[in-house]
Amino acid sequence: MYIYDQYDQKLVDERVEQYRDQTKRYLDGKISEEEFLPLRLQNGLYVQRLAPMLRVAVPYGLMSSTQVRKMAEISRKFDKGYVHFTTRQNIQLNWPRLAEVPDILAELASVQMHAIQTSGNCIRNTTTDQFAGVAADEIEDPRPWCEIIRQWSTIHPEFAFLPRKFKIAVCGSEEDRAAFLLHDIGIQLVKNEAGETGFHVHVGGGLGRTPVIASSIKPFLPKQHLLTYLDAVLRVYNRYGNRNNKYKARIKILVKAWTPAVFAERVEVEWAQILARDVDGAAQLTASEIERVKTFFPLPDYQTVDETAMNAALQAQANDSLAFSRWLERNVRDQKQAGYSSVTLSLKPAGVAPGDVTDRQLESIANLADQFSNGELRTTHNQNIVIADVIKSQLFEFWQLAKADGLATPTIGTINDMICCPGGDYCSLANAKSIPVAEAIQRRFEDLDYVYDLGDLELNISGCMNACGHHHIGHIGILGVDKKGQEWYQIQLGGSANKNAALAKVLGPSLSRDDVVDGIEKLLDVYVENRLEGEAFLATYQRIGTDKFKERVYAKDA
Amino acid sequence: MQKMLSHGAVAENNWTVLQTPGETLPQGNILVPLKYWLEHGAELDQQAGLVGVWLESDEEVETLVDDLAQLPVVALNFPKFVDGRGFSSARLLRDRYDYQGEIRAIGNVIQDQLFMLQRCGFSQFCLADDVDLEAAVKSLTDFSDGYQTGADQAQPLFKRLR
Repeated sequence: MYIYDQYDQKLVDERVEQYRDQTKRYLDGKISEEEFLPLRLQNGLYVQRLAPMLRVAVPYGLMSSTQVRKMAEISRKFDKGYVHFTTRQNIQLNWPRLAEVPDILAELASVQMHAIQTSGNCIRNTTTDQFAGVAADEIEDPRPWCEIIRQWSTIHPEFAFLPRKFKIAVCGSEEDRAAFLLHDIGIQLVKNEAGETGFHVHVGGGLGRTPVIASSIKPFLPKQHLLTYLDAVLRVYNRYGNRNNKYKARIKILVKAWTPAVFAERVEVEWAQILARDVDGAAQLTASEIERVKTFFPLPDYQTVDETAMNAALQAQANDSLAFSRWLERNVRDQKQAGYSSVTLSLKPAGVAPGDVTDRQLESIANLADQFSNGELRTTHNQNIVIADVIKSQLFEFWQLAKADGLATPTIGTINDMICCPGGDYCSLANAKSIPVAEAIQRRFEDLDYVYDLGDLELNISGCMNACGHHHIGHIGILGVDKKGQEWYQIQLGGSANKNAALAKVLGPSLSRDDVVDGIEKLLDVYVENRLEGEAFLATYQRIGTDKFKERVYAKDA
Repeated sequence: MQKMLSHGAVAENNWTVLQTPGETLPQGNILVPLKYWLEHGAELDQQAGLVGVWLESDEEVETLVDDLAQLPVVALNFPKFVDGRGFSSARLLRDRYDYQGEIRAIGNVIQDQLFMLQRCGFSQFCLADDVDLEAAVKSLTDFSDGYQTGADQAQPLFKRLR
């Protein structure tokens, strides 16, 4: 992974000292609440319902075992001994003390981490595919490009006070695992006819109150122009985005108002002028810088293995242990390198808030990454952890250790692997709780044979319309709403975050907390009764439409 | 006399910002609104003091391009400090239109924005009356460098140092 040089380190260190001074001035009454707000937000600090919350950046989801151990240590020293993995591949501490945040940031800086721009109306953490570098369908590893964007966006002098938050995702493969069309800018790596890498740029996607799928504005941007073009997009948005109404301030609203074609044209004009003034291409990316960053993402030295023999041995182990075979089926994925697998550690055991892990579990995860991989791991937008490059002959041992630490719940990609925001238990924006709903669903569907029979099913839960739980892109989405002080839940169907991204449609009137799990079960009954052989929930829904689901859920009891 | 920060030091601010210029203009150096400048700019030759123009955050610097050479100061107003349009306006003045005069931040700017404002091309800052300017000066150097190009740097960090 990328290792800081002296310039990267100095910048992060200086940021810690800047924030230390800001915190001191705030506590001394020299900065007003209003002025301190964006300063703390741009250093990751929210004030939540019960306590402050600190969001730590995990750039494009990549962490070293050293960094994970540091998070464990921080959670013990400054918090309650657990952390939360978010849908933006970041990590949240739920109970830090405001006055101690500068010390936490200094601890983070000591392992090349930070919380810069993890909140506020600025360019946020760039995200990508958790299988970057090992996915079989990859055009090119997106991570070097994410790092180049990370550096460009960090303390960008012009774009720290945008109309609203701004999220960028990079997708490097055929299949989209980064939900890039649901970002303010979605960048897809592509090759032209000459085999040169470039970027297909999309703008104006996003979830929240007004979910929109991004529009294409530049089918092929040559790689050396990445940063100048991003400057042009951001400048147009910074100048012309709506600043009067925060609900209309995201770039998607501007793109819609102008139309994507007009927006694209405005960006072209701005970009052409930037290039015209850029003497000798001074601002362009150079081949040497691209190469320098790429050297930080080497592939491991894979052994040449007898994969047939390995698979046979694995099959024998699976035959002996149903639990192991279930884990292999749901949590382990082949890589493009023969004999190697990517393992997903589940952070969704029943009874625990999805994405929460304890300090001890963090240390176990770090140990697994060291023992079975190259000491690196990836956080996912589904709130799990992936350890790549595990040789197949060691999977059984890996499983035993992961299982002992509660990290091997074999439900990846099933209904019990839901995405879930912190909801009303923590978040001051929430209209309803989301964690108890997730738990109730996991408790209802405890029978793994039934869960497996349901197959691939994405269930996403948000506690309010801000959509941190991505409910619009769940095959089944659950949205918490407030009705006269009561918590109600709206059901949505048919969302999808893959290449054919689709937004879910509301099924009908909201259900009460007591009825929501029954409602989900009825949806699943309709699916099971109507599916064709091998057909997944989403495909059945797309084929038969809403009516049957609606009739069942809202049928009056006889 | 009011104070401001100018080129990294505390300085006298002997300019008057006119919100709505009347029949008679005050003595001394004045900053007039863009609209007033576009209508009455030619008549301001008679002024004894210097004349500059101030822009609201939603006014485009492009309007002023032909007049820049005769303006010693262009001030950009921040109605709220979180309204970041002025950052782009300043960069356009410097990078695109080669403006050589003073770019002054007026309105609600805060100490913690100084480093970034300076990188975008601002040379002068009018902060709130209760701000300790001597202390605020330090924020101009909160960071020793930046990754990106700026009005102060045509080349990104990787090209200069790596």
